[in-house]
Amino acid sequence: MKLARKDLLGLEGLSREEIELLLGAAESFKDVLKRKIPKVPTLRGKTAVNLFFEASTRTRVSFELAEKRLSADSVSVSAKMSSHEKGETLLDTVRNLQAMKMDFVVIRHGSSGAPHFLASRIDASVINAGDGAHEHPTQGLLDIFTMRERFGGLDGLRVAIVGDILHSRVARSNIFGLRTLGAKVVLSGPPTFIPPGVEELGVQVEPVFDRAIEDADVVMVLRIQKERQDGNFFPSLREYAIQYGLNRARAAKLKDRCLVMHPGPINRGVEIEPQVADGPRSVILDQVTNGVAVRMAVIYLLSGGEVEHGLVS
Amino acid sequence: MTSRRALLKQREMHWTISRLSHEILEKNRGIDNLAIVGIRTRGAHLAKRVVREMEKIEGHQVPLGIVDITLYRDDLQAIGPQPVIRGTDIPFDVEEKVIVLVDDVLYTGRTVRAAIDEIIDFGRPRRIWLAVLVDRGHRELPIAADFVGETVPTAENEKVDVLVEEEDGEDAVYIQEMKP
Repeated sequence: MKLARKDLLGLEGLSREEIELLLGAAESFKDVLKRKIPKVPTLRGKTAVNLFFEASTRTRVSFELAEKRLSADSVSVSAKMSSHEKGETLLDTVRNLQAMKMDFVVIRHGSSGAPHFLASRIDASVINAGDGAHEHPTQGLLDIFTMRERFGGLDGLRVAIVGDILHSRVARSNIFGLRTLGAKVVLSGPPTFIPPGVEELGVQVEPVFDRAIEDADVVMVLRIQKERQDGNFFPSLREYAIQYGLNRARAAKLKDRCLVMHPGPINRGVEIEPQVADGPRSVILDQVTNGVAVRMAVIYLLSGGEVEHGLVS
Repeated sequence: MTSRRALLKQREMHWTISRLSHEILEKNRGIDNLAIVGIRTRGAHLAKRVVREMEKIEGHQVPLGIVDITLYRDDLQAIGPQPVIRGTDIPFDVEEKVIVLVDDVLYTGRTVRAAIDEIIDFGRPRRIWLAVLVDRGHRELPIAADFVGETVPTAENEKVDVLVEEEDGEDAVYIQEMKP
């Protein structure tokens, strides 16, 4: 089976089969990453450019590694170092990159829809690495991959996503992917952080944090995004930590096999207590490890790769 | 219609696998350090049989691995849509092992090249030998087999089909002429 798409712009609209294909391929690539030489020559001759108009360590390094592990050539550009600063438009920047024969453009941008804008205007495959408060599909996939690795499947799994849902592209990609795979999603956070009408996406809203997490199989804690807050969404970080922080007392009451996840970077002592972030339920670093395999799968499949159904070991 | 003739029938194929297994043991002086790696799909089935045969002879199991060369092919650019990945499984440390790579047909040598590259990415074996059921000639790379079941001169428009019970419901080797 192959992924009949040029771009990966979001998890919204991906079918169950497409998501499972990506997750299956990611399993194969996770095995590759455990080898003594964790690199395959598959995409020799292909070129990727990573365009980051917003700060990123994890996602950018993860994409760069995924490209290198597949033997593609890659270059990374960050906004501060680019002609963007000189007033060049996004489209002109990318047209120039395309003139240098790029096969993949990985883009992170502060404006929702920027990757979609590009995708319809250039031949190269566009991969959304986070656009505004819209989607971050590879993060959603790696979160789902990590859950599937622990639980086998996602049907009926209860996933609580907690915190700043309003500004979170991670939450949105997770909601789309998790709902497609049959998981139940419960959102919790201060009412100012819950987008009105979000229930239409098939999720439940539970403003009382303790109730939202009491029978969850996964608690996904979102970062308080200080850089995105132009309004006053909550009185203080201290108060947020008391009401919505995942602390030791709360973690102790979670179900036995419940996983604690966080897309990073974490604000220790705000949305999550250090002892919980580093505790036995935490799979935060597994998420990061899985990110490289998931991104390899995305790049491989967008370049026309196939995975035989059910035979990926 | 294409004409098809049998090169090996079931019993002959079994004798050949048995002989190859004996030859490998003889050359290695036993099973010490030995590991068998089959190339997917049919090479993997043949490799399992070699391991079974060796266990019958020596009474001990030899480690078995499987390589899928999809990610190592040299014709990905040329064939466009990429073929299927089905997973490589080498459940032992290849370091300092004597590895016998097993495949059904040796033809251009490109598959073997890819398999050798892949094995080397798992570590540094002591040596790699190649065992094939049929060598049909027409090499495009300087590769030779150490153990050969049958050497058959073929024309380029002929096709050698190795059938295995597990995949095809019968054990046999056929040569078929392909009409242009």
